[in-house]
Amino acid sequence: MSGDGQGARGPGRVIGRPRRRVDGRAKVTGQTLFADDLFLPRMLFCKLVRSPHPHARIVAVDTAAARAAPGVKLVLTGEDFPIPYGIMPVSQDEHALCRDRVRHVGDPVAAVVAATERQAAEAAGLIRVQYEPLTTIASPEEALATPEPRIHDYGEGGNVHRLAHFAFGDVDEALRGADRVFEDLFFYEGSTHIPLEQHAAVAALDPDGRLTLWSSTQTPHYVHRELARALDMPAHRIRVIATPNGGAFGGKSDPFNHEIVVAKAALLTGRPVKIGLTREEVFYCHRGRHPVLMRLKTGVKPDGTIVAMDLETLLDGGAYGSYGAASALYTGALQTVTYHVPRYRFRACRTFTNKPPCGPKRGHGTPQPRFAQEVQLDKIAVALGKDPADLRLQQIAPAHSLTANFLKLGSIGLRECIERVVDGSAWRARRGKLPFGRGLGLACSSYLCGAGLPIYWNDMPHSGVQLKLDRSGAVTAFSGATEIGQGSDDVLAAIVAEVLGIEASDVKLVTGDTDLTPVDLGSYSSRVTLMAGNAAIQAAERAKVMLAQAAAEKLGVSPERLAFADRRVFDVENPDAGMGFADAVILAETKLGTIGTTGSYRPPASAARYRGAGVGPSAAYSYTAAVVEADVDPASGWVTVAKVWIGHDIGRVLNPVLARGQVEGSVYMGLGEALMEEQTFRRLPPRLSSALVHKIPSLLEYKSPTSLEMPEVVTYFIEEPDANGPFGAKEVGQGPLLPIAPAVANAVYDAVGVRVDEVPITPEAVLRGLEERGEGHAARVGPRAFPAVRWPDALCVAPPWEGGDGTAVGQKPGRAGRGGGGGAVATTGSRT
Amino acid sequence: MAAHKIRVTVNGTLHEVEVESRLLLVHLLRDVLRLTGTHIGCDTTHCGACTVLLDGEAVKSCTVLAVQADGRQLMTVEGLEQDGRLHPIQEGFWQEHGLQCGFCTPGMLMTSYALLKRNPKPSETEIRQAISGNLCRCTGYVNIVKAVQYAAAKQQ
Repeated sequence: MSGDGQGARGPGRVIGRPRRRVDGRAKVTGQTLFADDLFLPRMLFCKLVRSPHPHARIVAVDTAAARAAPGVKLVLTGEDFPIPYGIMPVSQDEHALCRDRVRHVGDPVAAVVAATERQAAEAAGLIRVQYEPLTTIASPEEALATPEPRIHDYGEGGNVHRLAHFAFGDVDEALRGADRVFEDLFFYEGSTHIPLEQHAAVAALDPDGRLTLWSSTQTPHYVHRELARALDMPAHRIRVIATPNGGAFGGKSDPFNHEIVVAKAALLTGRPVKIGLTREEVFYCHRGRHPVLMRLKTGVKPDGTIVAMDLETLLDGGAYGSYGAASALYTGALQTVTYHVPRYRFRACRTFTNKPPCGPKRGHGTPQPRFAQEVQLDKIAVALGKDPADLRLQQIAPAHSLTANFLKLGSIGLRECIERVVDGSAWRARRGKLPFGRGLGLACSSYLCGAGLPIYWNDMPHSGVQLKLDRSGAVTAFSGATEIGQGSDDVLAAIVAEVLGIEASDVKLVTGDTDLTPVDLGSYSSRVTLMAGNAAIQAAERAKVMLAQAAAEKLGVSPERLAFADRRVFDVENPDAGMGFADAVILAETKLGTIGTTGSYRPPASAARYRGAGVGPSAAYSYTAAVVEADVDPASGWVTVAKVWIGHDIGRVLNPVLARGQVEGSVYMGLGEALMEEQTFRRLPPRLSSALVHKIPSLLEYKSPTSLEMPEVVTYFIEEPDANGPFGAKEVGQGPLLPIAPAVANAVYDAVGVRVDEVPITPEAVLRGLEERGEGHAARVGPRAFPAVRWPDALCVAPPWEGGDGTAVGQKPGRAGRGGGGGAVATTGSRT
Repeated sequence: MAAHKIRVTVNGTLHEVEVESRLLLVHLLRDVLRLTGTHIGCDTTHCGACTVLLDGEAVKSCTVLAVQADGRQLMTVEGLEQDGRLHPIQEGFWQEHGLQCGFCTPGMLMTSYALLKRNPKPSETEIRQAISGNLCRCTGYVNIVKAVQYAAAKQQ
């Protein structure tokens, strides 16, 4: 693909070298324009009226007083939005404004558009909505026990949204034959993204009546599609521009009701319309980490080698589908990627509840089961008298192999990750030997580099990049990828620069604009570096061929002899014979006409062909190991993380500065989830319709680590290039979050002998454990029961080493295996 | 709603504006003067994205009324760069990768600027204490500390 070559290691001319990010200057001068920074002439402002009830029928909406209020230009209600939408084709269950029912506190029922934001807010307060409260459902347990009233009329019956049951080999048989079987219950609390930028959007009409929406979104392409659907408008009449996101972390991946509302308002008023959500509204938009209850049963050989794993997960999905059909599958799909699991059974149940919908947050569905497995492995190691590091080292999944559930693994640098953090932390000398109150914990993980399947089924590229070169020497890269802070602009510029022998700062970027840039599915699932990066390499290589052809003719050598470096094109055998980059473009433009190239990328086909196999496949997987050192105060239960060592197999580092920042940010967010972050709700009295209100919908009370809580982080990059990555690179934005919570839990155990099988690991939980320990009980804090779920029959797939071909037993040949990523998500079997 | 004529100097430029009593300083800056480098991230005075300097002192401009700025000097992120040259604190955040999404950055810059004015050689602990009222969800603060150290060294 590239002259620099797959499998190469170390820095290139541009890639691998530390660089200031290309968009940094705008960000330190305040010039970056976020969505809420846009002010257009004649702009109106929008406010939403949100439900105070968690579950109610809308009887009547009286908007007369609001319509008569000063400055009001437009009032919208559910009547104006007859067409449902949703990110997943299988769960089109949202309306921009609720029509007949509200399903969580904060569900929007009306919108007011006025000359000023204050007028809109004041008029919104005049709207009278008459509700008839319905029974509310607060938890998965309540959802399972309360089939009526149904929150939605689709799903698996009652208030169960999604059920899955996969059996890769005979797990019961393997467990019967295991030397030891370990069974544990774990709970991972929900948390929310808190991008520092609250969501905002501006809609306006072009002079010719075409609609433009600027929005803080990670997924302009999906917003484009859903706007066209919900507004019943041809997509080519709509332009979506993703403004730079002030943080996202998955929280700006759904098409949002407020985006559709301001778009409709702009169409109806003919004027620009802006909305900016308050922080409280952002808490109620949510789409964050699912709370997940897990039962994990693992059978091992006498030396601790896994022979079979049996995992059940129960997800609190909240009030809408969001990405939930995929989230449910992600609570199990990647459990086979870190260690070799010969046989695997996975059952998942996502329920609807009357709370803000859960969706994708950094790690999407994977941190929860990783927590379960990594804490349980620690218990297994203790029970068998083994070093937890050795227990892991002996069973790392083999590189370039298929897993039990037919995921294709590529390069795996986990061994070195573990070795580096073990050495760095002096693990072998210190674990189990530190004074009471101080401990070390280890955990590992793996993550995908882009979802292998799109949200909606199609055979088109997942990422496209166009390059324009002209006689000025300017190179412009057009990409649908969205800068959410992760540095995608810099990565794309660097890749193009590396191929063309120029500097990253020479490449002008136009991104995230559905009118100007080729389709990219969005900045989610850690996909941009790999997918847009590969597309950028292809586009740049094609441009390089054109330039080389023209330059070679001028220099009288064959194109193969030309090198592109230091902003020059020259003869490798006679470096003085050459020309500046801009001169090469002039020659090419003279010889070939206007210079433009394209590149596109689609992940390789999956080996998995059973229904529901759409979640999990990826072109490559990153690997991480972390050691956490923690102090636990036995008097208060307070956990202080003193230091973190983290090794990440990134394939190849494209910009070490950016990559390190992603690791440190992941550690930070992982520590927040491990120790303090909670998206939790409380039920108000029945006279307040048993409203399920957020306990702490403000940054004052929703605890997140500050600069004072953040410990020192020692980061090691392991460069195990993957043939599918651009220059061998793999993801770094999400994987490093995954081992943090279990490593903290394991460190707490090492410190004070208390097992906290749930996150967040609060001082209260630690104290409860210490009290139990003092009373001579097993010191464990965590869930005690897993409710009965009516699982469907298993979809049985023989693992590759048992003769399986990726299809399910009894499956008819065809397209079934493509399900799961979105379009074809289906139940995995009939109900028993 | 009472209106007040106020005179505020922002980044060296005097502005005379008529404001309502309840107008917050952050809205004066963003909505009236269109200095959108100052951001709003929480509504509850916790995140610090709206931090500006009021007579040289770092304040969260979402908890200051515009009328309280009458007759006083304000400095925002737009005032750091002078004659096309970045201030060392800006250089530091860019050079040391003290930013990712950049949304908290203006507030971090102003808090750090005020810190270095009163304490040109802060220890790491002093830096961490100074910025503990400014939240960042991207960086884990590691490089923000380095960025402030870079600026401190450069200003010596």
